Amino acid sequence: MSRIAGVFQTLEATSRKAVIPYIVAGDPIVDITVDLMTALVEGGADIIELGVPFSDPMSEGPVIQRGHERALERGVRLRGVLETVRQFRQENTHTPVLLMGYANPVEHMGYQRFADEASAAGVDALLTVDVPPEEVDDINAELKRVGMDNIFLIAPTTPSSRMDRITAQASGFIYYVSLKGVTGAGNLDQQAVSEQVAEIRRHTSLPVCVGFGIKDGPSAARVARDADGVVIGSALVQRLADVQAAGGDRVAILSAATALLTDIRAHVDGMQSDAA
Amino acid sequence: MTSDANPLRYANQPDGEGRFGPYGGKFVAETLMAALAELESMYRRLSEDAEFQREFDEDLAHYVGRPSPLYEARRWSDEIGGARIFLKREDLNHTGAHKVNNTVGQALLAKHMGKPRVIAETGAGQHGVASATIAARLGLECHVFMGAEDVQRQSLNVYRMKLLGATVVPVTAGSATLKDAMNEAMRDWVTNVDDTFYIIGTVAGPHPYPMLVRDFQCVIGREARAQCLAQTGKLPDALVACVGGGSNAIGLFHPFLADESVAMYGVEAGGHGIETGQHAAPLSAGSPGILHGNRTYLMQDEDGQIIHTHSVSAGLDYPGVGPEHSWLKDIGRVDYVAANDDEALAAFHKLTRIEGIMPALETAHALAYAEKLAATMTPEQSIVVNLSGRGDKDILTVARLEGIEV
Repeated sequence: MSRIAGVFQTLEATSRKAVIPYIVAGDPIVDITVDLMTALVEGGADIIELGVPFSDPMSEGPVIQRGHERALERGVRLRGVLETVRQFRQENTHTPVLLMGYANPVEHMGYQRFADEASAAGVDALLTVDVPPEEVDDINAELKRVGMDNIFLIAPTTPSSRMDRITAQASGFIYYVSLKGVTGAGNLDQQAVSEQVAEIRRHTSLPVCVGFGIKDGPSAARVARDADGVVIGSALVQRLADVQAAGGDRVAILSAATALLTDIRAHVDGMQSDAA
Repeated sequence: MTSDANPLRYANQPDGEGRFGPYGGKFVAETLMAALAELESMYRRLSEDAEFQREFDEDLAHYVGRPSPLYEARRWSDEIGGARIFLKREDLNHTGAHKVNNTVGQALLAKHMGKPRVIAETGAGQHGVASATIAARLGLECHVFMGAEDVQRQSLNVYRMKLLGATVVPVTAGSATLKDAMNEAMRDWVTNVDDTFYIIGTVAGPHPYPMLVRDFQCVIGREARAQCLAQTGKLPDALVACVGGGSNAIGLFHPFLADESVAMYGVEAGGHGIETGQHAAPLSAGSPGILHGNRTYLMQDEDGQIIHTHSVSAGLDYPGVGPEHSWLKDIGRVDYVAANDDEALAAFHKLTRIEGIMPALETAHALAYAEKLAATMTPEQSIVVNLSGRGDKDILTVARLEGIEV
């Protein structure tokens, strides 16, 4: 069983939902990422989503765009991100790590080489925002070969007739994009999320996690009523950048990360006990 | 040409998945996939609809002013002393460039799809102006995304767009040029996909854009082919066009692709020189990758990050190129070459002084190469150069480069 499947099995057994923080590798300080991942796990993260910096992050809102720009300015590249995961794995072998990014750095490295090096580093899954199922055959063959999961997006605009095509290629979990827009955009429509998650479940038995537009504990808790997990990205990236901009040191950034995750975790778990 | 040249081989591109050989495709976020499918099915239906074609042809005739002339540049040809040079006068179109052929077509699609709002990216501003123009005519809301650096160097076009009622959105992210404008347009589209039509200005982007933009621009080559036969009694020996994204080039080239005797040259922006690395010539010096929805030749570093480009012309200052050009390069049907900033500037002055035609700086790259090519040919041979746009918009840029206060 993959590390991701194992996490969801354990969560299900305890009736809990996954909390999945997103950070950009190398942001806000270039060498903080391994410690930051550990701090997020201490705060209650079940899976870590690690953004791979790209020069043209077309699906990101301004907050995460700036995270990519900061990391690139400091020289963070895909090879360095894999090294970061390798270091994280020396102290943590249970928390799945998902790389989220864009096709070109992976394509440029070569799908075979990426699959070999990423799996050797301890990466569990890949989510390439700009690779829909129509374009995924070559890379999926390589990911399958090394036992990595491929995470796909389903959007509010995805028609029901298209879902089978996506779920047939997906493994690990389905990432439902809660709104039409870029990361960190406006308020999500809870009713629409609820309906679309129910529709996705008619097409797959994979866990369904929801991201884009989750701002804080209460919004995470609301989404977690319907989903198997919640992704928190822009709010976290912004918080860490703010702490650093205000002169916060390494310790302050790590504490802020743990604190934010602890709060989200409490809300998401609290939702569980309310519901029970 | 070789035995490759089978007419169907060119006419049948792209395939059902939007691929030209290994290039093209649909590399976009899932949110846009339904919109692309809707656009493709609407386009396939309308492109076979006689009424839609009639509407398009009428707009081209009476609004754009087509057909554009094929003008023989006799003084220039005589001075070079080689091939006869003919200029396909896209600069005489309404709004001053070939861009309007495509915006007229896409705006008609928007109208048929009931989208009240259009967005566009622009580099030199020609596509932005053409989009704002057609939006004004059809009463559509129009937002144009433009790199902040381009807003500075193309201030006249910015004001033109505003006069036409468009909102110009300066983009400061990344290198603040055309590629960043395209990123921002995609972000807007993903956010407003229900009521918004994205008018892409070149033959790049996700399928079906490279196909439909090409189809709308092919009027250039169809006219040029017939005009050349009528005026010279034979096909031209060579075609020359500048290539940024590559829409004016594909528009000229495509109707000639099956004519084996016609050589074709796409001229990229050599900037300060290919050897300096400061250029915008992905076909000459780049490698295949994925950007803006398609797989194509790109300017990228060893880690697959897109690198900053340089060109004196904002319209060529783009790190990618349409996927069909990548395919035509690989199969050897079209030769892709480069002209540097200073060569383009010299050609700008040359054509202005010798023919009384002031070309856009983008177009001047094609002219610079055509001059070299013509010199290697004979007066019995002919070259058609796509005079893709007029140079009024570049007057301030040229003056600034030459230290002249206007």
